[in-house]
Amino acid sequence: MGYQLSREQFDRFLDRLKEDYRVFGPALDEDKGALSDSDRITYKEVSRLGELVLDRKSYFSPKEIFYPLRETLFRFCDGEITVPAIDEKKTAILLRPCDINGIDRLDTIFLENGPSEDFYYKRRRDKVRFFMIECTTGFDSCFCVSMNGGRTDRWDVAFRFGEQILAEVKSEELEPYFAGCAQQPFEPQFVTENSKKVRLPEVADITADVFKHELWSEYTARCIACGRCNTSCITCSCFTMQDAAFGAEGKMGERRRTWAGCHINGFTDMAGGHRFREPKGDRMRFKTMHKINDYYRRFGKHQCVGCGRCEDVCPQYISFARCINTLSDVTRERKSK
Amino acid sequence: MKNPFLPHKMEILDVIPETEIDSTFVLALDKPVKPGQFLELSLPGVGEAPISVSDFDEGRLFVTIRKVGRLTDAIFTLGPGDFLFARGPYGNGFDYQDFWGSDLKVIAGGTGLAPVKKVIKNFIDSDKVSSLQVLLGFKTPEDILYREEVRAWVDSGVATLTVDKAGSDWGGNTGLITGYLKGLDLSRLDKCKFIVVGPPVMIKFVTLELLLLKVPEDNIWVSLERKMSCGLGKCGHCKIDETYVCLEGPVFRFQRARRLLD
Repeated sequence: MGYQLSREQFDRFLDRLKEDYRVFGPALDEDKGALSDSDRITYKEVSRLGELVLDRKSYFSPKEIFYPLRETLFRFCDGEITVPAIDEKKTAILLRPCDINGIDRLDTIFLENGPSEDFYYKRRRDKVRFFMIECTTGFDSCFCVSMNGGRTDRWDVAFRFGEQILAEVKSEELEPYFAGCAQQPFEPQFVTENSKKVRLPEVADITADVFKHELWSEYTARCIACGRCNTSCITCSCFTMQDAAFGAEGKMGERRRTWAGCHINGFTDMAGGHRFREPKGDRMRFKTMHKINDYYRRFGKHQCVGCGRCEDVCPQYISFARCINTLSDVTRERKSK
Repeated sequence: MKNPFLPHKMEILDVIPETEIDSTFVLALDKPVKPGQFLELSLPGVGEAPISVSDFDEGRLFVTIRKVGRLTDAIFTLGPGDFLFARGPYGNGFDYQDFWGSDLKVIAGGTGLAPVKKVIKNFIDSDKVSSLQVLLGFKTPEDILYREEVRAWVDSGVATLTVDKAGSDWGGNTGLITGYLKGLDLSRLDKCKFIVVGPPVMIKFVTLELLLLKVPEDNIWVSLERKMSCGLGKCGHCKIDETYVCLEGPVFRFQRARRLLD
């Protein structure tokens, strides 16, 4: 069912919703920008329409809402192991189509890859409802159209924000919260063209010699292994186990997992000091292949959804879109030879 | 819902010192395991790490651990009656029937012997293989693992042992393991199957030599070492190309392993 809400009605809708859901959306993080006196947009718990920032892209993706940067897996105390409980409330996230598609890529790793579902991911993810923000233009660094990431039907409610707010509700569980709002059918539109376009190399054209191509050496010179591309990415899913002990005898403590990234030093370290992919260019190659080649070969879809955050956040101004295009040129050139 | 991240307790039955920095921990075995698989061993509050299963029998599981870091330092303070925590076993491991009827050659460098020790023991007096030859390389005589068993293998003529470097009191072979590949009996090359385990550089050069000796890629198995943080195909640390070493490995046929570029 479709509805039309005034801005005041939307705030009252949020009030009702917040009795049963925690509501997250892109909001202002004042003075948290990379430069002094600059702001940053991140995902925060919101209660008013006025808190939402819809004209700028968020710096971080919404993934940390249900896949926390650091998550306690269990606590131990005197030999007893306990798994911490989580908030029973459901989670509503206001997010764009690319992020919904990105979360599908996370679901694939955590719920489908390997012998079992990821307990910790699943119990939070099951509570998530998608409140899609209609996105028809994207931002400067977006290339979702090229990645087929800008369009989805996996939303529970779709919103068009303007002077009036239009809402199309697909999930029955959410209908009651719109009681009293005027009915107004609405079909969300999607972005059909970005100013930034990428040309994907054919999956089968990536051969072993491309791995050794000199194009990667540029990134050895430029990348500083800060890992911002990994942490801002909606699809990066890697983590590392970490233990912490408290108390003098270490009888109390916890095991956690924390986000890890293939660009960050230490990602491949093994006992005894052996490590792989020391040059930063090798890490860029590894990430690129995962995003637009080997993930596809394993799961039948590209991992990258073209949100463009990795190039928004890179302190070295490395453009992932340009990297893909260069790779595409290189493979096409080799094929024609 | 099943929570595969929760470890279970395993009692330490015995600790067997192997070298100055390696010991074999004998644990009470409580579930089926295959040679070549690994456990995620841990001490809550200290850490968790993937460790190869080196041997097992009725009720006992053996893991050889090198004291090289925070977790293993802490494990080395434990003894019989204490507990380790474990998840797994994970990984595919070796399938014995892959080698039935072959002239089996096992080539192991250093701690690479651990994941194939059970394979060697299984086939050493078995008529399931036509013959067994073992080539073992260690850095120095002090680094030799499973001394008594290795000596018995050498004495019975099954194994050739070499060390990279040794003092004058060492009466045995010296030099890199690749130098001893010529000593393998390859007269029935089509019947020969090879297992190569060891540090990455050793695997690289041994397999190169084997290919030069016209060994088909199909007949070589390797076991890869990576830093598996979860063992469940989620954490991403062991992914190479589209392959997860913890799921599809760590044991690979060489024709697949050679395509895995880090």
